[in-house]
Amino acid sequence: MLSIKNLKAGVEENQILKGINLEVKPGEVHAIMGPNGSGKSTLSSVIAGREDYEVEGGSISFEGDDILELDPEQRAHKGIFLSFQYPIEIPGVSVSNFIKTSLNESRKAQGLESMPAGDLLKMMREKMELLEIKKGYLSRSLNQGFSGGEKKRNEVFQMAMLEPKLAILDETDSGLDIDALRIVANGVNKLRSEDNATIVITHYQRLLDYIIPDFVHVLYDGRIVKSGTKELAHELEKKGYDWIIKETKQC
Amino acid sequence: MDYQRDEAVLKEQLIQAFEDSSKNGLPFKSVREKYIRQFNADGFPTVKDEEWKYTNLLPLTKKDYAFENTEGSINKEQLEKFILTDTESYFLVFVNGILSNELSTITEGAFVVGSLKHNNHQDILEKYWNSCLPQKSDALVAINTALAQEGAFVYVPKNMVVDKPIQVIYASTNVQQDLFLQTRALIVAEENAQVQITERHQNFDNSFVFTNAVTEIVADTNAIVDFYKIQNNTLNCSLIDNTWVKQAKTSNCTIDTFSFGGKFTRNNLSFCLTGKHAESNMNSITLIGKDQLVDHHTFVDHSVPNCNSNELYKGIFDANAKGIFNGKVMVRPDAQKTNAFQANNNLLMTDDASIDTKPQLEIYADDVACSHGCTIGQLDEGALFYLRSRGIAKKEAQAMLMYAFANDVLENIKIPELKNKLNRIIAKKIGVKLDIEL
Repeated sequence: MLSIKNLKAGVEENQILKGINLEVKPGEVHAIMGPNGSGKSTLSSVIAGREDYEVEGGSISFEGDDILELDPEQRAHKGIFLSFQYPIEIPGVSVSNFIKTSLNESRKAQGLESMPAGDLLKMMREKMELLEIKKGYLSRSLNQGFSGGEKKRNEVFQMAMLEPKLAILDETDSGLDIDALRIVANGVNKLRSEDNATIVITHYQRLLDYIIPDFVHVLYDGRIVKSGTKELAHELEKKGYDWIIKETKQC
Repeated sequence: MDYQRDEAVLKEQLIQAFEDSSKNGLPFKSVREKYIRQFNADGFPTVKDEEWKYTNLLPLTKKDYAFENTEGSINKEQLEKFILTDTESYFLVFVNGILSNELSTITEGAFVVGSLKHNNHQDILEKYWNSCLPQKSDALVAINTALAQEGAFVYVPKNMVVDKPIQVIYASTNVQQDLFLQTRALIVAEENAQVQITERHQNFDNSFVFTNAVTEIVADTNAIVDFYKIQNNTLNCSLIDNTWVKQAKTSNCTIDTFSFGGKFTRNNLSFCLTGKHAESNMNSITLIGKDQLVDHHTFVDHSVPNCNSNELYKGIFDANAKGIFNGKVMVRPDAQKTNAFQANNNLLMTDDASIDTKPQLEIYADDVACSHGCTIGQLDEGALFYLRSRGIAKKEAQAMLMYAFANDVLENIKIPELKNKLNRIIAKKIGVKLDIEL
């Protein structure tokens, strides 16, 4: 589904990603962990198409197509979704209007008609229930005055509505209390299927108790220095990142 | 015909027009004479005047104008596009400066919604006309005071609440020659009175009309006045809009200015707070593009204690649009416990667009809370990426962010239909069909 080969990217002179290789197949959940500044958020931004980063080499293909030349919105239309670490507040644009616009833009790109208002509302209600979101939320301004937890829940709500093929969750657990974490993880798990894939970016192993990954990758200094299964995450939790960094330096 | 005339010619013509019109103009001849003499002595302001530093009048003053209000007519259907149609209202419609009896709903009962020229309330005019203006005024205000004959007259006596909004439209049509129009309005809300007014200047035939407007607003003790200026004229038209507000104690006056259209627009908005616990509010959105200029000059004069003034001006400038904001707040020595807030936030959409912004606080009292802030910027790249990553195309994403930027200015509008209409105008101006229920 997603194939990243020797990806190098950075901002101006500063190279942040120094040769990333990653293969994600449908149905899989990949966790990317790593210390601060290792390039985790850069990787997610580059996959989603943020123009501030310059790709200096390598390739990213999605379902066989090279996506590096595509605009962020075109990538979204193909089914790539990024849940933001810091979602943006948009005063005056309600959650429901925003999701309606977003959903119908994607449908338009796929040659589909806009979703009828009744169907849309029904779908919103279902997904709200899934994420235990209270009534009245739909008419609030997008992210404005939302608590940290509400913002993250709103991200997963949008993901539930847009039904992406590849969801990248960037630090979705940060700022969540344990109940909110359970609800958000539960939502993500219910959306998992054989056809879609998830990349979970996190500092802590905690989230991975709820969203069980098939693979865990450690990102350090712009490279994936170790890959393994969920046991790797437990090991990291116990021992920290230092041993991997030492191991890497010895190589 | 030579259109590139020197502005001295226009000056002579205006003085001549004053002589010609002295028979059929408003009363107060001696006052009007004083103002024309003042104009004769001072002439038009130039860019050397601090108040006109960024706004050059020459393109307007070098033209050859007609001054007389001429006959013209528009019908109800033509008007409908420019008014609130679902809000029950009183109407004052002036066509080429002349009151249209057919399109207006004149009321001279418990309160007056009528014309400055034709009314049975000379005593009220005597009391309030020219009462808000300073002794020495700007050349354009002087010209208007000397020459203006007609405009809206609203008088709301003590304890009266006007039951419906008043919509004032200054229309122009069938203009044979470039027109220099003087409109004059007087709004008086006596003790405990309340009134809501909307105002538009609208041309119907794409001719060149230069309007020089003066509005005086008197808000007596505890009165509430809400005045909404919708400036969305055709791109051939220019406007200098002078508004002078005088507020007594515990009165509340809001002047909102929405500047979207017109080629050249200069707003001079001035509040004089004369009684304790008065509150003045100013909200504004400017959204302009190619070859347009909008200049906002505001002045709030706090001379007594315990008053509040709140000022929020936002601007979005596209193409080579030019914006000017000059907000002056004066807090005089006696005006302790003043709260004065001012904000001017601007988005420049291109490298050719510009805004000159100048907040000016002069504070001579020591126990006050005053703040001001100006921002000039571009749309936030992170926010744009957020929207685009949700599948929203760049242009729509930009529009959504511009809309979000401007939105809070509309929040406190008390006429729901006006709020919706402004929302629609903004969405249309931004040029994108948003899938948003506004």
